[in-house]
Amino acid sequence: MPEPLVKVENLKKYFPVTKSFIESILLRKKEYVRAVDGISFEINRGEIFGLAGESGSGKTTTGRLILRLIEPTEGRILFDGIDILKLKGPELKRLRRRMQIIFQDPYASLNPRMKVGDAIGHPLKIHRIAEGEERKELVLKVLEKVGLSPPEDFYERYPHQLSGGQRQRVAIARAIVLNPEFIVADEPVSMLDVSVRALILDLMMRLKEEMKLTYLFISHDLAVSKYICNRIAIMYLGKIVEMGDLKEVFSNPWHPYTSILLAAVPVPNPRARRTKVIPKGEIPSPINPPSGCRFHPRCPYAKPICAKEEPQLEGDSRHQAACHRIGELELTTFRRSK
Amino acid sequence: MMSLLNISRLKTYFYTYRGVVRAVDDVSLSIEKGEALGLVGESGCGKSTLGLSILRLVPPPGKIVGGKIIFDGENLLDKSEKEMQKIRGKRISMIFQDPMTSLNPVMKIKDHLVELIKTHEPDTSVSEALERASKFLKELGIPPERMNDYPHQFSGGMRQRIMIALALILNPDLVIADEPTTALDTIVQAQILELLKRLRDEYNMSLILITHDLSIVAELTDKIAIMYAGKIVEVADTLSFYEEPLHPYSEGLLKSIPSIELSQQKLESIPGWPPDLINPPSGCRFHPRCPYAKPICAKEEPPLVKMGENRIVYCFRWG
Repeated sequence: MPEPLVKVENLKKYFPVTKSFIESILLRKKEYVRAVDGISFEINRGEIFGLAGESGSGKTTTGRLILRLIEPTEGRILFDGIDILKLKGPELKRLRRRMQIIFQDPYASLNPRMKVGDAIGHPLKIHRIAEGEERKELVLKVLEKVGLSPPEDFYERYPHQLSGGQRQRVAIARAIVLNPEFIVADEPVSMLDVSVRALILDLMMRLKEEMKLTYLFISHDLAVSKYICNRIAIMYLGKIVEMGDLKEVFSNPWHPYTSILLAAVPVPNPRARRTKVIPKGEIPSPINPPSGCRFHPRCPYAKPICAKEEPQLEGDSRHQAACHRIGELELTTFRRSK
Repeated sequence: MMSLLNISRLKTYFYTYRGVVRAVDDVSLSIEKGEALGLVGESGCGKSTLGLSILRLVPPPGKIVGGKIIFDGENLLDKSEKEMQKIRGKRISMIFQDPMTSLNPVMKIKDHLVELIKTHEPDTSVSEALERASKFLKELGIPPERMNDYPHQFSGGMRQRIMIALALILNPDLVIADEPTTALDTIVQAQILELLKRLRDEYNMSLILITHDLSIVAELTDKIAIMYAGKIVEVADTLSFYEEPLHPYSEGLLKSIPSIELSQQKLESIPGWPPDLINPPSGCRFHPRCPYAKPICAKEEPPLVKMGENRIVYCFRWG
């Protein structure tokens, strides 16, 4: 087995809850939002690793931690064997060339006063890779690569002159211009219109093959994850509850939360309408998460032990889940067969 | 039988400094009592403007410049603003995508509901209104004691439930829901869809669900209207639409959405992007992106073609 490209060990990120001065005097104890609370996983070279879950599950925080855009509270992140939390200054900057990010909102992630060409060329300038004509050459090539042609035309445009799909292509171009090995894509298609989503996903997959990229693909939309990911981790309140090969996890979920999440996804087929009622309640606050298994208050299969002991991930690298009742339950995705 | 709502040849234009944006351009559509219609299209196709036009809430520089909106036998475009106010919220109500901007942040939930009830039914006493509100909230899964809370104290899903309560408490004939679940998480979205389904059956209201998401429409509606660049391109009952979409745009849309069902699928996409509504393409507005386009499509507006009893498509391919 070759070394994984990214290895995350017991990663934690607690954000302090800001309080007013008076509250902080009255309430001595500091409170924390446990956005990411002890997760471990590996991303293999050349794969698309999905991170799924509802808002507040910690998936975006995880993506930013891996890029060291924010500092973790605890844990280790190895990138190509390098402990990235130990890096400083020029070493860190060199590492940043190898990892990039694509954000959700292509309207907010591009500077409205920067021409497309300058935005894409900016990383080349920061890392002192190319100047002047040479830089322009590189940018034009990348524009062509992401399907914005004629590149000379797009080079001179401003973001407001582009559609959402074109902007996201610019964001992708900016991410790949440094020839990175690893890209965190944080909900890259959720703001786009349906008819262009598939184009962007296909572009990302093509670039992956051409440039031998590895992706961490963050999405709340399981149908999109299903289309693009090889492996997936399902997060709930800062924890990974289930992880494994996408086909395994989606066709035979072990964790009740995964099966409920899958059942909740609407299907573009009126003959496959949901039959069972979706559980009540919403994701609780990550400030004081439930004891034991964090899903137990909403879980239809919870037993007394679930409130007391925290389940650990069990299984092998193909499929694992953290549930006290693995193997005991007949989990379905609650759909009527056709 | 007369339809509850009958829109004919409606035109809503926006007069901007760049030119006239024809957001809704000669649209005809009807909805029966108790029917749920999905109005589907991509951003900028005019679906929200159509929804706002029914309530005569089109913001300036937009204006309804032609057509008729016959609701329960009367043309809403002939009504005075005062008469419209009596209809809005009482007989036709609306649920918006973002509940946070539609609720007043300095008003308690109970005050929202009481104000609504008292406006349309002035004879109701405050205590009666409160009681009615608390009963209804309970039915929607909101504990009545939370009526004293302010909007910011609720989660996104709860806020959308409150919006639904406001839209439905006066038992309207027609509810227009504009992307009601787009801002919500998967499980909460499923809960809200279930709720809408149940309420629709219980109260026999008609529903127009405006969305870009063909999956949600499949869960909830009886009939589908597809809109593209200010025009309706196809109307069909939900079951036959998914079995055989007739308009090339509908076909392209259905092929471009990923589904969670495990059968392997390859997504296709529609080349190009939606047109600028100031200068829409001549003839059929979809022709520059259409794989079946013929020379006539660029010249003439496509005809209305009736396919069977309940299906309509505007396309030269079929007629």
